[in-house]
Amino acid sequence: MAVIREFVFQGAEMLLVLLLSPLLTGFVRKMKARLLQRQGPPLLQPYRDLIRLMRKEVVLADGASWLFRVNPYIIFAGTWVAASLVPTFRSGLLFSWSADLIAIIALLGSARFFLALAGLDVGTSFGGIGSSREVMIASLAEPAMLMIMFTLALIAGSTQLSTMAAFMLSSEVGLRVSLGLALLALIMVAIAENARIPIDNPATHLELTMVHEAMVLEYSGRHLALIDLTSELKLLLYVSVIGCVFTPWGIAAPDSSPLALAVGFASYVGKLAVGGMLLALFETAIAKMRVFRVPAFLGAALMLGLLGTLLLFVSRSL
Amino acid sequence: MMVVYALYGVAALLVLAPLAIALGRSPRGSAVIYGASLIVTLTLGMIALLNLFEYSGRVSVVSLPLGLPWLGAHFRIDALAAFFLVVVNLGGAAASLFALGYGQHEDSPQRVLPFYPAYLAAMNLVVMADDAFSFLVSWEFMSLTSWALVIAHHRIKENLQAGYVYLLMASFGTLALLLAFGLLAGSDGNYAFDAIRATHANGGLAALVLILVLIGAGSKAGVVPLHAWLPLAHPAAPSHVSALMSGVMTKVAVYGFVRIVFDLLGPPDWWWSMVVLGVGGITAVMGVLYALMQHDLKRLLAYHTVENIGIIYIGLGLALAFKAHNMPLAAALALTAGLLHVFNHSVFKSLLFFGAGSVLNATGERDMEHLGGLIHRMPQTAFVFLVGCVAISALPPLNGFVSEWLTFQAILLSPQLPSWGLKFLVPAVGALLALSAALAAACFVKAFGVTFLGRASTPAAQAAKETDTNSLAAMFFLAALCLVAGILPGFFIDALAPVTRSLVGISMPHQAGVEWLSIVPIAESRSSYNGLLVFIFIVFSGTLAASAIHRLASDKLRRGPAWDCGYPDPNPATQYTASSFAQPIRRVYGTSVFRAREIGEMPAPGSILPARLTVKLRDLIWDAAYAPVADGIGYASEKLNSLQFLTIRQYLSLVFAALVLLLLVLAIWP
Amino acid sequence: MRGLSFDIAHMLAGSLVLVSFMQLYQDRLYALLNIYALHALILAMSVAWQAFVQDAPHLYLTAVIALVFKAIVIPTALHKIIVRLGIHREIETVVGVGPAMLLGMGLVALAMVVMLRVTAEADPLAREDLAFALSVVLLGLLMMVTRRNAVSQVIGFMSLENGLVLAATGAKGMPLVVEISVAFSVLIAFIVIGIFLFRIRERFDTVDVQALDRFRGERR
Repeated sequence: MAVIREFVFQGAEMLLVLLLSPLLTGFVRKMKARLLQRQGPPLLQPYRDLIRLMRKEVVLADGASWLFRVNPYIIFAGTWVAASLVPTFRSGLLFSWSADLIAIIALLGSARFFLALAGLDVGTSFGGIGSSREVMIASLAEPAMLMIMFTLALIAGSTQLSTMAAFMLSSEVGLRVSLGLALLALIMVAIAENARIPIDNPATHLELTMVHEAMVLEYSGRHLALIDLTSELKLLLYVSVIGCVFTPWGIAAPDSSPLALAVGFASYVGKLAVGGMLLALFETAIAKMRVFRVPAFLGAALMLGLLGTLLLFVSRSL
Repeated sequence: MMVVYALYGVAALLVLAPLAIALGRSPRGSAVIYGASLIVTLTLGMIALLNLFEYSGRVSVVSLPLGLPWLGAHFRIDALAAFFLVVVNLGGAAASLFALGYGQHEDSPQRVLPFYPAYLAAMNLVVMADDAFSFLVSWEFMSLTSWALVIAHHRIKENLQAGYVYLLMASFGTLALLLAFGLLAGSDGNYAFDAIRATHANGGLAALVLILVLIGAGSKAGVVPLHAWLPLAHPAAPSHVSALMSGVMTKVAVYGFVRIVFDLLGPPDWWWSMVVLGVGGITAVMGVLYALMQHDLKRLLAYHTVENIGIIYIGLGLALAFKAHNMPLAAALALTAGLLHVFNHSVFKSLLFFGAGSVLNATGERDMEHLGGLIHRMPQTAFVFLVGCVAISALPPLNGFVSEWLTFQAILLSPQLPSWGLKFLVPAVGALLALSAALAAACFVKAFGVTFLGRASTPAAQAAKETDTNSLAAMFFLAALCLVAGILPGFFIDALAPVTRSLVGISMPHQAGVEWLSIVPIAESRSSYNGLLVFIFIVFSGTLAASAIHRLASDKLRRGPAWDCGYPDPNPATQYTASSFAQPIRRVYGTSVFRAREIGEMPAPGSILPARLTVKLRDLIWDAAYAPVADGIGYASEKLNSLQFLTIRQYLSLVFAALVLLLLVLAIWP
Repeated sequence: MRGLSFDIAHMLAGSLVLVSFMQLYQDRLYALLNIYALHALILAMSVAWQAFVQDAPHLYLTAVIALVFKAIVIPTALHKIIVRLGIHREIETVVGVGPAMLLGMGLVALAMVVMLRVTAEADPLAREDLAFALSVVLLGLLMMVTRRNAVSQVIGFMSLENGLVLAATGAKGMPLVVEISVAFSVLIAFIVIGIFLFRIRERFDTVDVQALDRFRGERR
């Protein structure tokens, strides 16, 4: 009986992230528009875009292989699995022990691997430019993310997100310099990984500096819908990870009452809203970088993560 | 008894070698030799597996009246040897199966066939040797047979040069090992491993042995800066031999390191691990950076071997650190991580070399810039190569990820180490490991994307055909093994338990009994991973998405020209090449590591000259370590050259001077 | 209370190190100035917190000095200088950002080892604060070494001085007079450097200190 209950919660989690992610993207777009004194698209516009894309036919480039057609499903599945393993409103998910934070990062890495391959498949110059820049960014962002994970895992004594969240809620934690370093680095990595300003511009197609959009240039119809949904999921995932580790307040315990679950849900939505708001604010306040300034930006994130880990290694000996 | 049966197998391989000389030119020769090698290696692998699983590493010893009269030749199978025998013979069997198809296309089989079974036999002998003499003889035998295979295609000038460098480095490595064993044996000349094990070398001597072993075994394994021969020699051999050299022989070298440092040398000092960790971290990152700069497919794979050896050494170094600080459980975890990576790398590296061999066979090209679009013409090869790429990039749910995950878990245990040096080194090595993992993914996006995706850039790539059944069978077998080891790692970890028990005294907790077949290195609240569930989860959600979309969304599909922002160019030369793909990474890392410089020549407006972009890379390690030695030798030989043109009186006076000098030395000697 | 006061002091000192790294990363002059102001602000907060914890009212004065002079007056003045010199677009570093940050990491590690070893029996609060302060000093020096632009060198110097103040307030019982004299000496140094800047600018039409070397004939 308990197992079935857990299955239901895991399924609910999967559905929840899937349903909320376009809303978060819509919210960020709306906020950005309002900050620029524009009306902006309606909140539900991303859903409409997805439905419209689903209805359209796929125009497949002549040179596209079977991999090109399978890829959107692989990428989507990898990201979806990763996103549904992050505790959102309730910790202790049924399958959360099947993949810890390292595995979640690596799952996102798998998705990126296939996405970069998709960019190369048709053999166009734009796809190649996108893929090659994407892997360059990833080659710094991924180690940075792993260093952040090291910092968190050393503080919490676990690489499991649920355990980390529980530890952060306990009174043992206190304000740690390493935590601050990790948070800053995580935000930098999240911005880069989600192709946001100042690394990449999610709102443009025709710009020589684009990265993510260049990679998926050849996709259309339902394939493009899946790819778009994947990037929305990824944004949600990063906001959830930050929320789960750094602001774990409100997350319901595994065996809590419906009221606690409702509180957990409300606080989760609140965290998403705050995260989206801050992102929009940041994006409007800052200009896009040249591509070759990105390594310095991400290198800084990597160093911060490394510094956090180093401090922990040293302070353990106090 | 085990070891006797295994020696029969080795003898059978050694008999095959002269048989191959006889059969060399006959059309069925290669089928006979490779078929027989396949059967023998399979049997040997079975024996080793039986020892590992059924008898959990029981020691079996035999000594033969060969070799030095007062020593004899000792052979022994224990858990460590059994594990490496599995790796050697699994790789050997796969390579033989692959060669059943691939070997048909060999234009000079008489240069490959005799050495192939001898090479397999030599690697088996190294692993089974139980005294310094047989170990070194087998080691040299292994070097020489592989050297013969490297220069099999001796008409290509590059191969001869590769063979020359390889021979030099191999002799150098053996010399270091010889000295190491000399120090270990001490003045009584106890060359049997049992005797060495009984007497522990003391501090300074042990340190010297460690450095010598690091050089000797490291030069064979391809540790930076002793890697220079590896990317030359491995690609030069026929592809199934490349697979053996990269996938298996480097592991035999790792075996030599583990055998001496963990088994024979006695309890370690803490600073040993610093050396090993530092070497491992640098090797991992340098290997992958070199690989990223390559556009020769086989050379790229060879450089990746360097990277993976670095990862293995990181695991071994951590194990040494934990062992020295008396933390056996953590040591078992780190050692398991390292050894599991030994197994995993032998599987996927063989797979990738087979793939590269199939491509080479189908197109005659190793240069990725001349390939492209092969996924359309070689779909099955493309599929298995893709599996290998995902596995080597350490991405879940395949096997490369599991061993790296375990290494990360071992690193996370290391803040408890009390030494100051390790406190700073281990996080840095962790960062290097993370960096190399991310760069490896980038590199294999490039390798797969440029070779198999995109449009064919030459007629040769246009005309490629799918490879034969035997080759495909070997590759599909290894690809399946990648998946199985990735989703059911618990069984593989359990198989390593006797090995870690014999080396660090304890093994990781038993994994097979854990719920849902996950792996739990320490405790479930700390970390756990379940490849099977992740795999099922991905397959489930992928299918769910696909079926939902095909039920609800439009499934219309139209083919059209590529969009490419409205500027599609039909010329395949406009697509991204291997060099252009690596350009951003080259700019980020290459400017400091390789002193990369890009020189662009733009012709004046109106000129019809083509624009030119030249990239200059410098191999700083070669310049710093190898070039001075080569120059010095050249200089010395030039100076000594004049000695050839002396008069008889001058020669006589030289001899006389030497004699007087020796007498003087004797006179001064206390 | 003990735990919380330690945590806050620790966090403030840690953020000072972090801001030093931000200075090292930032190579645009305006942004650099803003970060320096942030550096001084955090220093002021840290000093004020120490004053509260140690119950030492004279430290409040130090905090106010730090806030007024270092966080407001000097950045504003430097800002004006930059505008008048018209050099706000100049970005010049000797070493790239990546290597500089790597070096910085090494320096922090060094500071940690040295401080934690030397002060083995002191109380943990002072130990880590001292280690952080030494890191800030070293990072300031590193900044002075890796920049060509005189303005960035000035900022490096002043952040170095911030590190000294942090160390001084961490150790209990430093007399007020010393601090005030240090503060004023910095102010004077700042004025001197400001005049110096104008002079270089007039002579050589740049504030790149390499120009001085060239003038002396050291580099060709």
